[in-house]
Amino acid sequence: MDARGESEPTPMKNRTTVERKSERELVVTRTFNAPARIVFEAWTKPELLKRWWAPKSTGVSLLSCEADVRVGGSYRFEFGHEGSKPMAFFGRYIEVIPHSRLVWTNDESDDGAVTTVTFEEKGGKTLLVLHELYPSKEALDAAIAGMEGGMPETFAQLDELLGTVGASVGQS
Amino acid sequence: MKAAGNAACTRPPLACHQSVFYILNHMVQYIRTRFDASFAALSDATRRGVLEQLGRANASITDLAEKFHMTLTGMKKHVGVLEQAGLVTTEKVGRVRTCKLGLRRLEEEAAWIERYRQLWHARFDALDKVVEELKPKEKVNGRKRRE
Repeated sequence: MDARGESEPTPMKNRTTVERKSERELVVTRTFNAPARIVFEAWTKPELLKRWWAPKSTGVSLLSCEADVRVGGSYRFEFGHEGSKPMAFFGRYIEVIPHSRLVWTNDESDDGAVTTVTFEEKGGKTLLVLHELYPSKEALDAAIAGMEGGMPETFAQLDELLGTVGASVGQS
Repeated sequence: MKAAGNAACTRPPLACHQSVFYILNHMVQYIRTRFDASFAALSDATRRGVLEQLGRANASITDLAEKFHMTLTGMKKHVGVLEQAGLVTTEKVGRVRTCKLGLRRLEEEAAWIERYRQLWHARFDALDKVVEELKPKEKVNGRKRRE
């Protein structure tokens, strides 16, 4: 009995899945209730990226978010959290196919993953697949270990964000 | 690891609720250790053989020692290494120590993957909001206004 249901853009909670496809690969999937070009836009415009990669509500901010989304273009995200030093994530885009595919490297270390994001539109929705390929299983190991020191802000942010998300889920 | 990593480790859990940050630190550390242990454990042909064997059926250390033409002490050592890596669990019933494939390793990995999933889940929820705003106006007209 939800007459207005179809016209309401209230985001449905689509499932995020993660699968370890192999020793070197992690695959994340999620469907978005929007055409691929819109989702793609949110991944490729720095001012939009900034809004969801590290949402304000978390207390963590992107000090800078540069993303030159062209083949060979570079990205650099700098995170800040009160009381801790800024942390940078950077690399290059090696493949950019509008509305369909993005591939970038992570150049913080030799063990950085190559990340491929594909946007597959079906019936006005977009299936997003994020695939991380590490140069070796040891590299994936290192990446996991590296999160410990390398991503405290992200985790702190996640922590707070999950609180927010939990609260809003509780309402419905 | 870097000093920053160590500092992060000793940081108390965030106050508001069960801290993902805190859990991740522990999990990550555990997994790193486990990975190292797994690689070491799997570098040996006998131990790989034992895993294969246990994949077919549980076995006692005595069984395994016989099968791999080894002394009891030698097999105990191998099983110990596998056990430490979380690849094998053992249980002593009466006088027999039975070995089976360890589930702990898989559970830990599943736990890590779940945390990783939550990270993306949280981001994607934020991304949903951005995407909704980007949708063409005509679709946004129906936006819910009531509380």
